[in-house]
Amino acid sequence: MTINTSRRGFLKGAAAAGAVLLVGVRTDGALAATTAETAQFNPFVKIDADGTVTAIVKHFEKGQGPATGLPTLIAEEIGLRMDQIEYEFAPSDPQVYNNLLFGPFQGTGGSTAMANSWLQYRQAGAAAREMLIAAAAQGWDVDTSDVTIEEGIIKAGDNSAPIREFVAAASQLEAPAEPRLKELSEFRLIGNDAVRRKDSAIKGNGQAMYAMDIHLPNQMIAMIKRPESRGGLAISFDDSVSKEVKGYINAAVLPNQAGVAVYAENTWAAIQARDALEVEWDMAEAETRHSDQIKAEILAALDAAPTYNVNKADVAAVSAAIDKADKVIEKTFYFPLLAHAPMEPLNCTIEQTADGNIVLHDGSQMPTGPHMAYQQIFGLPAEKIQINTMLAGGSFGRRATPDADYQVEAGLTFVVTDRSRPVKLVWTREDDMRSGYYRPAFGHKVRVGLDSDGNIVGWQHQVAGQSIMKGTAFESFAVHDGVDHSSIEGIADSPYKIPGMALGLTDTPKATSVLWWRSVGHTHTAYTMETMMDLAAKAAGRDPVEFRLAHLADDSDSDQRRKAAVLKLAVEKAGWGNAPAGRAQGIAVHKSFGSYAAQVVEVSGDPETGIRIEKVTCAVDCGIAVNPDVVRAQMEGGIGYGIGHVMRDQITLTNGAVDQFNFPDYEPLRIGDIAAIDVHIVPSAEAPTGVGEPGTPPSAPALANAINALSGVHVAELPMAENGVNFV
Amino acid sequence: MALTLKLNGETHTVDAEPGTPLLWVIRDELKLTGTKFGCGVASCGACTVHVNGEPTRSCQTYVEDVEDAEITTIEAIGDDTIGAAVQQAWVELDVVQCGYCQSGQVMSAVGLLSENPKPSAEEIDAYMHGNACRCATYQRIRAGVQRASDILEA
Repeated sequence: MTINTSRRGFLKGAAAAGAVLLVGVRTDGALAATTAETAQFNPFVKIDADGTVTAIVKHFEKGQGPATGLPTLIAEEIGLRMDQIEYEFAPSDPQVYNNLLFGPFQGTGGSTAMANSWLQYRQAGAAAREMLIAAAAQGWDVDTSDVTIEEGIIKAGDNSAPIREFVAAASQLEAPAEPRLKELSEFRLIGNDAVRRKDSAIKGNGQAMYAMDIHLPNQMIAMIKRPESRGGLAISFDDSVSKEVKGYINAAVLPNQAGVAVYAENTWAAIQARDALEVEWDMAEAETRHSDQIKAEILAALDAAPTYNVNKADVAAVSAAIDKADKVIEKTFYFPLLAHAPMEPLNCTIEQTADGNIVLHDGSQMPTGPHMAYQQIFGLPAEKIQINTMLAGGSFGRRATPDADYQVEAGLTFVVTDRSRPVKLVWTREDDMRSGYYRPAFGHKVRVGLDSDGNIVGWQHQVAGQSIMKGTAFESFAVHDGVDHSSIEGIADSPYKIPGMALGLTDTPKATSVLWWRSVGHTHTAYTMETMMDLAAKAAGRDPVEFRLAHLADDSDSDQRRKAAVLKLAVEKAGWGNAPAGRAQGIAVHKSFGSYAAQVVEVSGDPETGIRIEKVTCAVDCGIAVNPDVVRAQMEGGIGYGIGHVMRDQITLTNGAVDQFNFPDYEPLRIGDIAAIDVHIVPSAEAPTGVGEPGTPPSAPALANAINALSGVHVAELPMAENGVNFV
Repeated sequence: MALTLKLNGETHTVDAEPGTPLLWVIRDELKLTGTKFGCGVASCGACTVHVNGEPTRSCQTYVEDVEDAEITTIEAIGDDTIGAAVQQAWVELDVVQCGYCQSGQVMSAVGLLSENPKPSAEEIDAYMHGNACRCATYQRIRAGVQRASDILEA
């Protein structure tokens, strides 16, 4: 993999190789092509004089597959095999490499990488194809309609040439304004199960370079000594014992007093020197609460009238209908704080170049965040700051904070030095677990009324928890009329047709730093919705699948139709109702990030001696599955992530300090926890929607429903292992 | 102090204090970055190397304790027949996602197949228990080990 340290460098390198064809968009959004280095030109496709085609990938790769998916789009449109296209990560440029769904902001999140790139990257590839074809047509004196490109070979009748022969001529042409995109029927790579990941080999042989693997000449390692509880301020430090550590350099209180930076020659020296550092803290403003207080606040909020009537329901009428119902099911749910715990601990490396530029090397999920923050920290214009995006060892949301937390920390750690030595900021696993950002704790209280025929007559739903978006740069994007959509997504906007839905929300006071966590609000809303649907079906004496389908019966509504279709497919593939003796099945289906996923979990055992998860069957409709095997992998991983956490994980606080330290007390899903996962993709001609997150929401409620079917135990408070359900 | 390590078939002299975890000597001194730091407490397996052929957590192994041992890291495991089969299987099945734990997964898988050429699903689960993957690629790790076993048998 080529590491691209700056856009200018990359363009110069390309030009130096001789004739090149670069296709992309100008800042005005028009397709453009050039052979020269110009300020306004930034490509998605680079074709070197030797015919090497490179996709410039604007999304970071944390395993979810854009380093395969975006090259697939370009290779498809040009007419290449997958082994004829390379990839590089784009430089930071929010005008050109922005996420089209985020505005002028470059970033990856909300399962949007493919959805927002789908047309853009195909257009760039198609423009390159048309230019190559036009050049060949001129060269051979044939009509462009007679020229094709297949597997990197340009052909017209008896004429045939590899792409490289026409790169120079093509690069002299104007880019077509509206290149023709290939039809579904012409696709050879998109939707092809045989297409493999482009990053497999390097990740299996140790060659893959993550930000953690950077080793710049003369670099220092920095670690931050942080307060036990968030909000503590560093006053002073005593490093007399740290000085005994060989390789210790020095220490400095960060300008914002959020901690003390410890600098060392290598990582082990940094770890030891930081351990030995004594810091005097001002804890006056630090968090002091316990997690049981936070929980009590949330539960109290559920018992009070909600602040926001989210769906403008006639609450009194809904409540009255439920009061008069034949049967009423009422449940209170509680979801604890959760850590993301990506496998690669947070880190990034920062250096100043000879011309005074600041370069950040980072597995950067939202490059625009640190790019903006560094302009303030270093007092530099945007063009003097470069971000080199590297492979990221997982994220699950953690590498994208609205305040660019760890990149800002690195900036502050660097700005207080003389900048003669690059600084690599490294977090340990304990830093990640104890000083991080968390999926906020949430509570739900739901009352569902059924008539004597088992039909829902009212669904009163209250949600309480700490808003993720309020007070951040994303507030205007996600908060409307006071309601943080990420707190309640997947309830009232569910495709289910539920009569008499009343949804209320109350924000609870800030408990700790909170952040989106793979599938965001759906992590708790899907659990509540889908276990309540099961409990309602049970009370109505109806099959849980039939009961759900009855609320997805409107075939003219594509949302209901697609949700019903994944449900039916999952049920069919799982052999619903035919579990072997001693086993039970649970179902859940949920729409998130534009995609629909249904899962059947099959379990054996019992809650006391241990539940075993025998099989998970998943059906997903994500529109066109560009790389079907990547989609399957994302479902497998999303299921594991969802189930692993509800089984046994939570973050708790004592006196404001996180109680968990490392994996032994935040036990990750292990290989033996889920015996088998089977994923099926609904064929589709719709534009691609999300896959990184939609596998997660239905997994936990499907497990809960299976456990309830097996044992009659409904777990409404998580994690399961702390609430009466053991696992083997 | 100067220590001598036999790593990937070569002898290296390194400057490291006694008590330094082998992981940091491999990563920071020898600049072999395929061996990963994940937890530092031997509970995730990302740092797995082979010491005399045995999968070993390098984050909890003192460098002075392996001075006379043969150490193999992910960078050289492909020279081994079993290592090459595992890496081939990993690519065929696209086991990886973020990939950060996969060096350790491959090293453990090689250890398993070295002592048990035809492991059952249960035996794979038991042996690989200590190698965490936050992306939850476990299904494919299990299939990858079985595929590597088939490759070796062929």
